Amino acid sequence: MKRRKFLKAAGAGVATSGLAGILATHRAPVFAQANTVHILRWNDFVPAADKVLREVFAPEVAKALGIKLNVETVNANDLPARATAAIQSGSGPDIIMLLNNLPHLYSSASVDVSSLAEEVGKAQGGIYDPSQKLNKVGGKWVSMPWSIVPALISDRESWFKEVGAKEFPKTWKEYHEIGKKLKAAKRPIGQTLGNTFGDAPTFTYPLLWSYGGQEVDAKGKVTINSKETIESLAFMQQFWKDAHDEGGLAWDDSNNNRAFLSGDISATLNGASIYVAALNGADKFKTEKGAPLHTDIRHAPLPTGPKGQHAYHTAFNHMVMKYSKNAKGAIEFLRWAHKKENYDKWFVVQKGFATGPTSVWEDHPMWKQDAVMLPFKSAPTMQTRLMGYAGQPDKRAAEAWNKYIVTVMYANVAGGKMKPEESAKWAASELGRIYR
Amino acid sequence: MKRLLENEKVLATALLAPGVTILVVFIAYPFLMALWFSLTSISVGDPGEFVGLDNFQRALEDTIFQTAFKNTVFYTFWATIFKLALGMWLALLLNRHFRFKRIVRASMLLPFIVPTVLSAWAWRWMFDPTFSVMNWSLFHLGLIEDRLPFLSSGDWAMWCAVVVNTWRGMPFFAITLLAGLQTISTELQEAAALDGANAWHRFWHVTWPLLLPVTLVVVVFSIIQTFSDFQLIYVLTGGGPANSTHLIATYAYQVGVNSGLLGEGAALSLFMFPVLFAVVWVQLRYLKRMDVR
Repeated sequence: MKRRKFLKAAGAGVATSGLAGILATHRAPVFAQANTVHILRWNDFVPAADKVLREVFAPEVAKALGIKLNVETVNANDLPARATAAIQSGSGPDIIMLLNNLPHLYSSASVDVSSLAEEVGKAQGGIYDPSQKLNKVGGKWVSMPWSIVPALISDRESWFKEVGAKEFPKTWKEYHEIGKKLKAAKRPIGQTLGNTFGDAPTFTYPLLWSYGGQEVDAKGKVTINSKETIESLAFMQQFWKDAHDEGGLAWDDSNNNRAFLSGDISATLNGASIYVAALNGADKFKTEKGAPLHTDIRHAPLPTGPKGQHAYHTAFNHMVMKYSKNAKGAIEFLRWAHKKENYDKWFVVQKGFATGPTSVWEDHPMWKQDAVMLPFKSAPTMQTRLMGYAGQPDKRAAEAWNKYIVTVMYANVAGGKMKPEESAKWAASELGRIYR
Repeated sequence: MKRLLENEKVLATALLAPGVTILVVFIAYPFLMALWFSLTSISVGDPGEFVGLDNFQRALEDTIFQTAFKNTVFYTFWATIFKLALGMWLALLLNRHFRFKRIVRASMLLPFIVPTVLSAWAWRWMFDPTFSVMNWSLFHLGLIEDRLPFLSSGDWAMWCAVVVNTWRGMPFFAITLLAGLQTISTELQEAAALDGANAWHRFWHVTWPLLLPVTLVVVVFSIIQTFSDFQLIYVLTGGGPANSTHLIATYAYQVGVNSGLLGEGAALSLFMFPVLFAVVWVQLRYLKRMDVR
């Protein structure tokens, strides 16, 4: 065969077998079939956890299920914007991480993951009640709870002792008194009241509840402009002035970490990321006496108010998107990731910063390694209320949360922009526009 | 084909087509979509229904929007005034002859060239409530005893945003006005000087009238950009503290994109349109009058 003739025949053969092969088998070419799952998550405050997803999960799930995992991470404040853009354009990540009750906002764009949630719940001691409410819409699981980041107060034990507090204050009133002394010693409490997703609302909602205030009643009627709310606002106004670093009005979720680690504040509501960073950077973060900073950190729940003690822990959930061309692969990946032996690899690097969505993770041996982290172990069981209380954590509650209404209500009085009565009235008017 | 293109109308249409297509696809279509969205209750994943002017009505009753509108006017007004004054001053300085003139002129553009997100982040660090280098410097110079609340007081934060916008936009004014200054014949200045006009008189009676058309174009361009600014506030303050620095664009984003209420978000952003339309209309009328003269 001459060279030219050979090339012609070979070319025709390739062309025929390619196109004809695809048509005959009714299967798309290999590149279109690749089982790729694109997951969009937040930039974890424990960077090692993102590393596990990329360097452990990705190769292992490729080996186990043939799934090519593409992990993308962004600032948590940008997740809703990415979800909106993806849903409206009908293309984007197969799985999107959604915080708190955002699954209610995006429920129409989700794939039903009920069988997965029930399977994981059944095998792992049951999914926590708040996570059920946040991820179920109309009795259907619209997203799969992944983790809960408990918000507890990290404080400098020695500094508190120096001003007379052997234990962390039990009530808001005691916290105020101790805070005054700390601020006088140039060691104020640090708390964000900025427009940010985590530390601000996880502080302001429980404060409101612990004074007996609530956004709406059980029927969805706005009741925030109440005697109890105003009392909590009046408390906050004075507490802020007497005990806080007033720069907190402009903080996001990372400012308090930096301020604590640099020794500028004595206490702050946070996940365990401050402690984990101090632990990992024991040579870098020291007390004024030269001891590793983590030896002077302890954790405590928010204090009790006149109407009880409350907490809000941030829930992280995964939604499989309806527009995804590989929803099946996405669910398979989540099923694989939630298996105890796999989830464990992610869980241990969190060192307690994030807990699992099911009660089985409370029994993990990791909790025995460090007593300072123990308060995080069962923190999710302490959460009895969700946003939108005493109504449901539905779309409207998500809108109010996204507009930072409760947080801004407190920021208004802390910054001197409004009196407590005016701010409660303002919040009622804003909530009234949502709960119409 | 060649013969066809010799027809002036066909050639004009062919040459205009790419530009018109870009305008239709990227300007007209999104604008009309926003207009339609604003008249519906569309939210993320839900096409909604026609609600007439409800979204506009709701916006007018919204106290956060009212604040955002006032902030937008305040921000645009002061930033434009400062950019014009400082830009003019800089242009007059740069119009003189001095060593390394070209290097200095080119370096003036740096704030304008750096992406806004990056420069806004840098400013955010400089204004940081805890670690502000400005507070540190002022404290160590003995000028302050307590930290200045750059971003933690609503009023301060708004002025900080004006400062950053001025810093970023001033080079554009300076370079454009400098180009205008260079078209003014030096003979006119010399003639005025011979007639006994001092520096101020020469500027006010010779330079300024001749520079006015260029100034007007730059000012209008700047008003449009500043009024619809988003990035700077989003990065610098996120609309806080206590919603004190929201602009129309940042609040529309929070409602439309973050909360998924696309209809309401579109209505909020469309409040910018009549204001900007009026500005452009006034400018066009003025320029037309000058042409007639």
